[in-house]
Amino acid sequence: MLSKVFQFLSSLRLTVVLLGLGVAVVFFGTLGQTSDGLYVAQERYFRSWFAYWTPHGSAFPVVPLPGGYLLGTMLVINLIVAHFTRFKWTWSKSGIFLTHIGIILLLLGQLATDMLARESIMSFREGDTRNYSESSMDFELAVLRSAGSNTLDQVVAIPAVRLKPGAELRHELLPFAIRVKEAYENARIRLRAPVMDSNRPPAATQGVGARIVIDEQPPTRTMDARNVPAAVIEISGPSSLGTWAISGELKPQTVTVEGTEWRLEYRPVRDYKPFALTLLKTTHETYPGTDIPKNFQSRVRLRNTESHEDREVDIYMNSPLRYGGYTFFQYQMGKEQLADGGRGTSALQVVRNPSWVTPYLGCILVGVGLLVQFLMHLTKFIARRKPRAA
Amino acid sequence: MKKRLPLIITAIFALWILGALMPRRDPEYAFGAFGRLPVVFNGRLQPLDSLARNSLTRIREKDTANLEPTKAWYERPKIISATEWLLTLMTRPEAADGWKVFRVDHPELKAMLKLPEPNPAAGEDGKHYAWNQFGETGLKQIEESARNIQETKKDSSLRNAFDNATLGLYEAMTLYLRLKNTVHPQDTVRFAAEIADYQKAIPAGVKAFQQRMTGSDAFDTNALTEVFGHAERYFVTLRGEPPLLIPPANGGDSFAWQRMGEALLEPSFGAPLLKHLMRVPKAELPPEAVAEGIRTAGTRPLSPAVGHWAAMADAFRASQVAGFNTAVASYQTYLESLRLGKALTKSAREQLYNGFAPFSKAASLYIVAFLFGCGFWFNFAEWSRKTSLHLVQLAFVVHTLGLIARMWLEGRPPVTNLYSSAIFIGWGAVGLGLILESFWKNAIGLAVATVIGFSTQIVAHNLALGGDTMVMLQAVLDTNFWLATHVVIVTLGYAATYVAGFLAILYVVLGFFTKVMTADMGKSLSRMVYGILCFATLFSFVGTVLGGIWADQSWGRFWGWDPKENGALIIVLWNALILHARWGGMVRERGIMNLAIFGNIVTSWSWFGTNLLGVGLHSYGFMSGAFTALMVFVGSQCVLIALGLIPQANWRSFSATASGVAKAPAASAA
Repeated sequence: MLSKVFQFLSSLRLTVVLLGLGVAVVFFGTLGQTSDGLYVAQERYFRSWFAYWTPHGSAFPVVPLPGGYLLGTMLVINLIVAHFTRFKWTWSKSGIFLTHIGIILLLLGQLATDMLARESIMSFREGDTRNYSESSMDFELAVLRSAGSNTLDQVVAIPAVRLKPGAELRHELLPFAIRVKEAYENARIRLRAPVMDSNRPPAATQGVGARIVIDEQPPTRTMDARNVPAAVIEISGPSSLGTWAISGELKPQTVTVEGTEWRLEYRPVRDYKPFALTLLKTTHETYPGTDIPKNFQSRVRLRNTESHEDREVDIYMNSPLRYGGYTFFQYQMGKEQLADGGRGTSALQVVRNPSWVTPYLGCILVGVGLLVQFLMHLTKFIARRKPRAA
Repeated sequence: MKKRLPLIITAIFALWILGALMPRRDPEYAFGAFGRLPVVFNGRLQPLDSLARNSLTRIREKDTANLEPTKAWYERPKIISATEWLLTLMTRPEAADGWKVFRVDHPELKAMLKLPEPNPAAGEDGKHYAWNQFGETGLKQIEESARNIQETKKDSSLRNAFDNATLGLYEAMTLYLRLKNTVHPQDTVRFAAEIADYQKAIPAGVKAFQQRMTGSDAFDTNALTEVFGHAERYFVTLRGEPPLLIPPANGGDSFAWQRMGEALLEPSFGAPLLKHLMRVPKAELPPEAVAEGIRTAGTRPLSPAVGHWAAMADAFRASQVAGFNTAVASYQTYLESLRLGKALTKSAREQLYNGFAPFSKAASLYIVAFLFGCGFWFNFAEWSRKTSLHLVQLAFVVHTLGLIARMWLEGRPPVTNLYSSAIFIGWGAVGLGLILESFWKNAIGLAVATVIGFSTQIVAHNLALGGDTMVMLQAVLDTNFWLATHVVIVTLGYAATYVAGFLAILYVVLGFFTKVMTADMGKSLSRMVYGILCFATLFSFVGTVLGGIWADQSWGRFWGWDPKENGALIIVLWNALILHARWGGMVRERGIMNLAIFGNIVTSWSWFGTNLLGVGLHSYGFMSGAFTALMVFVGSQCVLIALGLIPQANWRSFSATASGVAKAPAASAA
């Protein structure tokens, strides 16, 4: 029985089936991007165990598929078991051996990247300094107490996912509780028009919330737009202090609890770094007489007080800055329309990926392995033909 | 005689090709010399010849203009070169406006614009129309419907054939207008005289302008009106963004070139103030800079190139052959005196390349070679195969020279866009075909080389209808290292997968329809497919992974599941699947062939299909023509696979000798 299982797990037939299913998943995962957007399609087809492809506009899932994780796992098992049971090591198979090790490394590396890699955005205007980058997807409610201008803020950050209607949130540093009344994944804020919105009360009783209404929006899935969440929360110390509307679109608001001022800020999740970048200059060139971009370039000043580093770096397309385990890539660039000629803005993509080296290794192994195997075939083939040709 | 025949035939074709490289003398106007003059358009320096050919191709789908489209070729219709057409459009637009150069095919579009039906007596062929035939109302209608389509159907996959035809015509008309105002405003009669008047008006006009801008009431209204009367006309031409005609007076690269309007307006206003006045976004000036601009207005001389252009334009307009030729020659001398670096050489070589048209020459050779190759299978004997072989070798040399010329002109590795990928896939396939032929000598490698070589030229030709094929690369692609490694290798992977697929098609088609296929030939085909698939797997894998490394280097993500990446991954997976299925004994000869034919579908999906999805980094938007072509191709491959699935007992080949190929699974099953 066990030997049958091993036979199945090591069989070439399984390999062929897995490769065929791989073709199908990648194909449908690509088609899925047109309706779901890149991120959702990735989650649905590649970062999953099972997937369904649903044609655009159809209510029923039509093509059931194994997800990327299942296929990857099965392929790794198939390869490893085959090498321990079926494969006999010979020099003539060294290329295949190398190739397979490389493929296992690539698959594991991709899994590690999925688990460990973090991407965020650092965006600033010329002259600004940042020591943090911001998530492009996730928000957090930051509650800050300003402790004077010379010391650091005291911050309690609550991830957006915990802001569920009905939830009550407490923290030892906060002398009050936060009760979530309403929460929206994606919403727009607008000023309440007293006549038009006579049947809609203001979003909240306190702060700017008393003058606005929240319009819920369907969650966006495209690459170039993002969800801006909003919520209505009640702050209660010993007694209720009223409700506040919070949103990624609103400026920070102040709450006074027992004489202390607290600031409420609904903002993208921040990742602080032990060093800071200052945007010195942005360059945006196009080819003459066209709008085709030729170069985006950000000149930044990198300062690390711990290591006493202070230098200037150019970041541009295909030439990122690698520092402190992070890589900074030129991502977007714009110019504000201002009377003083406009200050350039730049957004850097910040990536931290501890497993970045695995694809390089895997690729070298597979490349060398295939080359060895291919050349062995070719030389054998030519050697066999020679006597006949002569 | 038969021994020498292959070489004689090849020599004749070689002479034909060399003939195209010979310089041609212009009987009257020096159009050749004029076409060599450099201009900056689409962000790159090019000869006027390229601008003319690419624009005419965009408008008319051909790079020559037939002025008598109703005449058949044997009636010798008057056909003029693209350069002559462009020169006429730029300097005598009222003549060019009467030439039928706009190709309009869509019947509904023709009906909407009330364009005449075919009527040879009235000179109407029902396909080509002149600018004048659209009329004021026609122009307005086109513009309105094009705007409407762009607004209501932003997603290009929603557009139907009529919408695409309308947008295409609208773009062609916009381009036509841009070109019309390149040298001077389109209603100019005598350019040199006009410039002289303008120059005379500058000092007084600028003084009045300065007085007015600094708040003084006592300025000369007439002087100001006169200079602004001229300036207004030049401003209008600039709004159409015509090509950049005027070289920098003290040398420099293509970034310093100017449009005629700028060169005319700058002396009166200065560059920053000019941009400010034109309200170029991002050029808002602080008040001090405006004041400085006003103070220094009118102090710069006119570029000498303006005068040269005026001389050429006026002479051509007045039909003065000698005057025109002298003006072109003296402008050429002036250009040589500037420090323009490689610009003039590049311009001249690109004109030569255009006239040589290496890829279309290679395509013709592939057809002839294909016929000789087929002849070999139908008992024309060895001389026929040899002829085919030499012709393919000749075509391969021309093809390679064309690629090298493009690389030199662009300063780039061979593949930079979809057009050049088609050319390069063809090149790779022909190379592989020649290698196969050198081993087997049975004309199969030649068949593959010629069929793929010719088909990729057709694809490239259709892609070239969109205009310039050497456009500049945007920032993220501006890296010769990755273009030379990732793009070249992955494209060779495509080429190899196609070669395997076409070998398999030969197996099925020759086997099913003819008795040419012997068991021996089947075996050698199967060995070829296997070898090529190994090569394809290696190249597509390495190419795909190099793409990942490029992505990791550029934006920190080794694998982003971008459609094009996924397409390449599918090719790798599919090739690996075929190889594993063969090693596992799950498929034999015929099975491998069917899988390899499906590889054609997989490769075409990756090459074209993924670009049509409208998502991801390699998106070129939806092209309905390409989509239809892709679907037709996929359909044809499915038919071939269906044929391949029919048991071999029913094939014309193999069935007779079924016992001889008892090892083939299908035959034994039958």
